[in-house]
Amino acid sequence: MTTVHTYDAVIVGAGGAGLRAAIEASDRVRTAVISKLYPTRSHTGTAQGGVCAALANVEEDSPEWHAFDTVKGGDYLVDQPAAQLMCEEAIDAIYELEHWGLPFNRTPDGRIDQRRFGGHTRNHGEAPVKRACYAADRTGHMILQTLYQQCVKRNVRFFNEFYVLDQLTTDGRCSGVVAYELATGELHVFRAKAVLYATGGSGRMFKVSSNAHTLTGDGPAVLFRRGIPLEDMEFFQFHPTGVYKMGILLSEAVRGEGGILLNAEGERFMERYAPTVKDLAPRDMVSRAIFQEIKEGRGAGPNRDAVWLDVRHLPRDVIEEKLPDVTEFARVYLGVEPTTELVPIQPTAHYAMGGIPTDVDGRVVVDEAETAVPGLYAAGECACVSVHGANRLGTNSLLDIVVFGRRGGRHLAAFAQEADLPELPERPEGFVEDLLEGLRGRQQGANAADIRNELQEQMQDLAFVVRSEESLRKMQQILGGLRERYERVFVQDTGRMFNTELMEAVELGFLLDCADATVAAALERDESRGAHYREDHPLRDDEHWLKHSLAYRQEDGQIRLGSKPVKLGPYVPMERKY
Amino acid sequence: MGQADELGEVLESSDRREAGATHTVSLTLRIRRYNPELRGEESWWDEFTIQADPDDRLLDALHQVKWYQDGTLALRRSCAHGICGSDAMIVNGQNRLACKVILRDVVPRVTVEPIRGLPVLKDLIVDMEPFFAGYRSVLPYLINDSGEPVQERLQSPEERHRFDDTTKCILCAACTTSCPIFWGDEEYVGPAAIVNAHRFIYDSRDEAADERLRILAEKTGVFRCRTTFNCTEACPRGIEVTKAIQEVKRSILFERF
Repeated sequence: MTTVHTYDAVIVGAGGAGLRAAIEASDRVRTAVISKLYPTRSHTGTAQGGVCAALANVEEDSPEWHAFDTVKGGDYLVDQPAAQLMCEEAIDAIYELEHWGLPFNRTPDGRIDQRRFGGHTRNHGEAPVKRACYAADRTGHMILQTLYQQCVKRNVRFFNEFYVLDQLTTDGRCSGVVAYELATGELHVFRAKAVLYATGGSGRMFKVSSNAHTLTGDGPAVLFRRGIPLEDMEFFQFHPTGVYKMGILLSEAVRGEGGILLNAEGERFMERYAPTVKDLAPRDMVSRAIFQEIKEGRGAGPNRDAVWLDVRHLPRDVIEEKLPDVTEFARVYLGVEPTTELVPIQPTAHYAMGGIPTDVDGRVVVDEAETAVPGLYAAGECACVSVHGANRLGTNSLLDIVVFGRRGGRHLAAFAQEADLPELPERPEGFVEDLLEGLRGRQQGANAADIRNELQEQMQDLAFVVRSEESLRKMQQILGGLRERYERVFVQDTGRMFNTELMEAVELGFLLDCADATVAAALERDESRGAHYREDHPLRDDEHWLKHSLAYRQEDGQIRLGSKPVKLGPYVPMERKY
Repeated sequence: MGQADELGEVLESSDRREAGATHTVSLTLRIRRYNPELRGEESWWDEFTIQADPDDRLLDALHQVKWYQDGTLALRRSCAHGICGSDAMIVNGQNRLACKVILRDVVPRVTVEPIRGLPVLKDLIVDMEPFFAGYRSVLPYLINDSGEPVQERLQSPEERHRFDDTTKCILCAACTTSCPIFWGDEEYVGPAAIVNAHRFIYDSRDEAADERLRILAEKTGVFRCRTTFNCTEACPRGIEVTKAIQEVKRSILFERF
């Protein structure tokens, strides 16, 4: 049975970007928010260290310095006008969160306190600057809670534990989505003038990841299957400090507050790789440095595949007041007491710089000419504006979701106010029915967990911090085999109610799509830039590669790669040194 | 002892610690099941035995059961490190997040049940709506009609500290569903709702404390609390829930609106 709902605007996902867009849209047009989780379960809540804005509350700063750092941190693949806009609007976006009650830490004179973060500097790289506004190491939690509170206040209509599985298009314009209700197994068609995707990341492609189990690239994959390209998918951020083996994030704020990295010999190795900012170099550089230390035999731990995070020298009150959660993670998950012991860490798959291509108003743009699909929007990690380029700076993801969630929500609402209601395509739920029947119809077959494990392990080995043509070709071949096995996946649970096994199988399909796009784009880009490091092409190649990639899924299943130029601005690409 | 010697010692002991526990152990999970599509209204117990790394989480063990033994096992989870609040359940009689229970602390045998006081829908999944209705009833958002300054509202570190503890709530329902009063009285808003009211009542920027105190002074509010401290013990975020409830009671009694 299928229920049809009609709204002016639909927002898919209820993390920071989705909720911020919902606040904007729900005051103006009839809005539904569809989320596969209860909103407060969203992964925004796990962001720790801070959100940057050049408030200059603690020391001199300017949005222009912030924009420069963002562009340089992104290895010049950033669209510079978008980064400038983000860094300028950051200030107002932070004040807005404060006005809504976000409990930021405070300076002695009562202003929002700020601290250092990787890659954020004063005056174009002179020294680290205190730019990150924060609430202990729970900044994402506070943003998520505050935005949800504002949605409760505004009576926003939520459809919780509904999975959006298909995008509807009528005569080239967006006409709605199809969703699966977890509680009942029923399908729901949401007819709408405009849809904004804010579904978050796809980090579960990799074995060691800071991402939630539910971060399976749903939005990008749903659109990819319908011919929308994915931009810059080869750029995936590996955060240097994940809990050893588990990948749980240990915030860069640890180093912002003075924590340092040591190799097995007790050497503060970042002094060699980034003499000016040392441990506060951007994440791609620190992750590569850790790999290099391990490769050269200076890795720590029994398998020599970790390095140490050292905070023993920090004052107790800094650890307890400013880093309470990460301290607890070390205690609970590693059994390590960080005030007296070293914490074993390793890089963890953290953030997709790439995603659904959009302009600065959240409109999804599908080609080199930036042609928009009327009514289709995206924001947050699932989108690619691109403000992060080839490597996102710490804190800029939280900034991205509030700035572009707001802009996207505003534009979505304005569009929906003007537009008429599109007709639905014929048998709108057909694609999803076929997808689910395919998965449910078998009496035996392949185990989804096996396929997922192999995907994650192989991506970890072959498409992680260090890549090569050889490793990526091998991964492409493996993905072909995994795809074949996926076509035979068997779902044991035949029930309709809370069939989480069925949804996990669907999510695995989304992960495979994201991995296909990631590996294809990584293979094509024979240079090293930001988070994409090719050991067979270790240098950046601006002559050929100062451009964004676009990966299209074609009708025959093959991926076609296109590109579009980077929008440059005042900052001329130069060698990245810190 | 010189600094270098000290570092050497720490490095050595850290390496030794890491060299521990890489073997697997046997774990039997006894899980309370409920699946109306399969067995009607009856609930039952199932036992599963797995081999697991003792450093893994209980959530990892439940995944192993679901992925390799019984795909119908239903539970909620997301972040897997105690922040999203999805996987509250009763573990050996106590409300815990499955992702914050380490197997070495429960082997060789662990009992898992859905949290109490909310209708069970399937296995470990309960209906969260009554819980969120309680949350919504206390006006859980900042109310300040005095106009917004151009920049931030000022708040001293001391004022900020006043309500710090209750800002940590992740709405996992571990506290509320550990409360015997809540089990017996579905009208009681429960500890989590009070925690979220507390977070605004003592925020110097908020102007609606009186309104919230009036709501919590009603018969469904704070005076139902019998100070059993179950909620404080259950909170995976270490919030002093009972203390927060007592503070709200005191405000109602002595600073009465």
